[in-house]
Amino acid sequence: MTVTEDRPARREIGNARKRKEDQRLITGRTKWTDNIQLTGMLHLAMVRSPFAHAKITHIDTSEAKAATNVVTVITGADVAEEQGGLPTAWAITTDQKTPVHPSIAVDRVAFAGEIVAVVVARSAAEARDAAELVDVDYEELPAVLDLKEAATDSALTHPDLGTNKSAFWQFDSANAGTGSAVDEAIAEARESGVVIEREYRQQRLIPAFMEPRSFVADPTGEQLTLWSSTQIPHIVRFFLAVVLGIPESKIRVIAPDVGGGFGGKLQFTPEEIITVLAARRTGKPCKYTETRSESLMSGHHGRDQWQKLTLAAKSDGTVTGLKVDLMADLGAYAGVVGGGVPILGAFMFNAIYKFPAYQFNCTNYYTNKTWVDAYRGAGRPEATFAIERMMTELADELGVDQLEIREKNWIKHEEFPFTSVCGLEYDSGNYEEATAKAKEMFGYDELLAEQRRRRESKDPVQLGIGVSTFTEMCGLAPSRVLGSLNYGAGGWEHAAVRMLPTGKVEVVTGVSPHGQGHETAWSQIIADRLGVPFEDVEVLHGDTQISHKGMDTYGSRSLVVGGEAVVKAADKVIEKARPIAAHLLEASVDDLEFKEGRFGVKGTDKGMGIAEVALASFTAHNLPDGVEPGLDSDATFDPSTFSFPHGTHLCAVEIDTETGGVKMRKYVAVDDVGNIVNPLIVAGQVHGGLVQGIAQALWEEAVYDDAGTLVSASFVDYLVPTAADTISFDTDHTTSPATSNSLGTKGVGEAGAIASTPAVVNAVVDALRPFGVKDVRMPCTPERIWKAIHDRGAGGDEPTENAAMPHFDEADVADRTDGASA
Amino acid sequence: MTRISLKVDGASCSDDVEPRMLLVHYLRERLGKTGTVIGCDTSNCGACTVHLDGKSVKSCNVLAVQADGHEVTTIEGLAQDGELHPVQKAFHDCHALQCGFCTPGMIMQSVDLLNENANPSEEEIRLGLEGNLCRCTGYHNIVKAVQAAASEGAGASA
Repeated sequence: MTVTEDRPARREIGNARKRKEDQRLITGRTKWTDNIQLTGMLHLAMVRSPFAHAKITHIDTSEAKAATNVVTVITGADVAEEQGGLPTAWAITTDQKTPVHPSIAVDRVAFAGEIVAVVVARSAAEARDAAELVDVDYEELPAVLDLKEAATDSALTHPDLGTNKSAFWQFDSANAGTGSAVDEAIAEARESGVVIEREYRQQRLIPAFMEPRSFVADPTGEQLTLWSSTQIPHIVRFFLAVVLGIPESKIRVIAPDVGGGFGGKLQFTPEEIITVLAARRTGKPCKYTETRSESLMSGHHGRDQWQKLTLAAKSDGTVTGLKVDLMADLGAYAGVVGGGVPILGAFMFNAIYKFPAYQFNCTNYYTNKTWVDAYRGAGRPEATFAIERMMTELADELGVDQLEIREKNWIKHEEFPFTSVCGLEYDSGNYEEATAKAKEMFGYDELLAEQRRRRESKDPVQLGIGVSTFTEMCGLAPSRVLGSLNYGAGGWEHAAVRMLPTGKVEVVTGVSPHGQGHETAWSQIIADRLGVPFEDVEVLHGDTQISHKGMDTYGSRSLVVGGEAVVKAADKVIEKARPIAAHLLEASVDDLEFKEGRFGVKGTDKGMGIAEVALASFTAHNLPDGVEPGLDSDATFDPSTFSFPHGTHLCAVEIDTETGGVKMRKYVAVDDVGNIVNPLIVAGQVHGGLVQGIAQALWEEAVYDDAGTLVSASFVDYLVPTAADTISFDTDHTTSPATSNSLGTKGVGEAGAIASTPAVVNAVVDALRPFGVKDVRMPCTPERIWKAIHDRGAGGDEPTENAAMPHFDEADVADRTDGASA
Repeated sequence: MTRISLKVDGASCSDDVEPRMLLVHYLRERLGKTGTVIGCDTSNCGACTVHLDGKSVKSCNVLAVQADGHEVTTIEGLAQDGELHPVQKAFHDCHALQCGFCTPGMIMQSVDLLNENANPSEEEIRLGLEGNLCRCTGYHNIVKAVQAAASEGAGASA
């Protein structure tokens, strides 16, 4: 007999259950928003600005209005009084400058792709044909297209604001009382230790979910219904009410099947408002489905930061301080999370290392480009990239192994719980174990030996080994922490468990899945908690009329926050059932124990199942005095802290030094995401995250031309990787259960994307070390790699280290010249 | 308007269509075959992949009039008599889908790939699926699913 066989047969948590969601998806019986056809439905096409910054001097809609089957054409002037402005939920400071963001531009456009007019017609094709006939006159204005130029205010993204700067935000460990002063640590290191200074570029990325955004608004009936391909139906409902002045109770938002999001559908968009406005004006159901080009051009982008970093260490490699100075590009407008995205990384640059002193500075700027908001990881990939690159640079500076320098500085497993220099308490983790496992799976020592051989023989194909020992903070978020950061909402989650008289169970969840497999995982949780069959659980979500409250899905929060709410609601069901079961069993409540779905009377074989109690509660023929019929229960969970998954990722790349071509040889990811509800789903999340992170390192970038036109506005030019670009991964786990929720789970949705980017770039740079290369700017294209090799240390199109210099004091630059120019 | 007659998922249909109408729009808007989806406008993503006379095509890249007199199979016509096609089953078994938006095209392309090559190597699978984008899975489990379907003889049976 093994231990496994002794377990209860119905144990679901930890079981690699195949997904409940799959049947409809593999047979095409799906409910994407764009599938919806309603009687009399009209279709929208957008007229978008080709200019990055321009005054709208005249719009002639007469020809479009006269076109076949066009019902109306709406301009910004037509709806100026009713459209309101799109909100941001997170002004990071009370004096943040936030431009008004009309859904349809009224007199000025601030990025290429901004909507200037909307055609409503009987078919989508006729709407698009007529959109070509709308004649808009523009007077071009100077456009702000470069983040560093934006900082000089030489031209203004929004002239009315008087500056491009949105806000400045700082965390300083000395001021916060959580650590010492970073400048002192740096000064000391300049005297007697090591100082590493770098500037890194986080290029602009595009979430590029596969389902283009689609919205259907139905104004008929008492309530306005909006179907939206969104991650956040509850937040959309709230904002629709606030922006358009519609009572919230008159709005129903439904997120049906949603084809991916990655943060890109964590937005309240102009197109949502416009679809509602068009429906309201015409009195007919209206649909808008974007084209891929529109999606890439006008759906929000991600990342886009310059990161200046100063790391101080003793000469033995013990880190003593870290100073971070970010410039973040918000694009033309502040979105829902907007300026808060870089702040989500503020507490993560120190990562798993015991920095005694830390300072984070961030300045957000507006530019005349597509708005920037959350993209998988949101703030934390940027932080992880920076620190994991810096730790590798420190190792290189000291001539020690990349993992050795990390181990010297990371939090030892016996030191948990550990309060970081940011004041966050990391509850659990074991970096030693994850790293040991990853090294073994990777064949670390053998690959190092091969690298040495290739270097010695001057092999044209060099091997690079990259490391990332990451952590992240997720499970967004404790409401009081969000409040202290000036965020506009809480971070709790809601769930309800309904016991149906037939014994079936409905679970209502406030999170809103779009590929994560919540229907399966929540069923597993309930099956264990209530002792009912997995198949008997139905998970309901994404419709504000059914799931009336929730905070939706992002920030790796669904399981650690929403899953815990499900547990709490299930526990309340059991507590409601207990007195009824005791009454029916003619036993004392205290003598009952609930196990595997059954209330048993201790010391007897008497008992009854939860389904029987549910039926008895439904008929209500024989309930104890004062007990209400019904077992249904609600619960809301507000986490007291974040969850801190971690892991060790190791990457080996081969670089053809004659062409600059990169070939990924091996990738090992050992993640610790606490207890795992469904290993199949967790592995899938890791795989997908890895490829998105690898894609940032090697392929993807949103590129603008000098006129502010997005050049990479189709999948021809925006390089979402294909199966042929990627490899199979070796993934495994260690398990340090979280202490912040009863399931012991940590978030996994973003981990792969957060961890992998620095592992890959560290590998690329590692392969090029013999050529004196210390950095290659992302994406590490063959051209940039080839140039880095042949320009001796240049990081792609320009040397990043030289670019870093002006940001530091003269004295700093002089001090570091020796170390940096090698 | 042009009159077209074709077979879709085994059923005969006949319609007047605009000559410019794409096959994918015909399938979705006229026949309600919404299992086939549109993911891009440049024929890159492959989400709209269907079979035309048994060979995979991107239905955004075929005019409806070009399908006149031909036979189209979509994801909705792949399962036979309530039995999933081995590739559909393998996608489920191997967790080869998350959001599922690319899945219809990915499955139709995988079936075609296995029809061409019943025992593909990993590299042949990856190259064979190069025209279909997935943003969720990192392709890892999609490759595994095609391998699993191949070992079940999906190529030979289809």
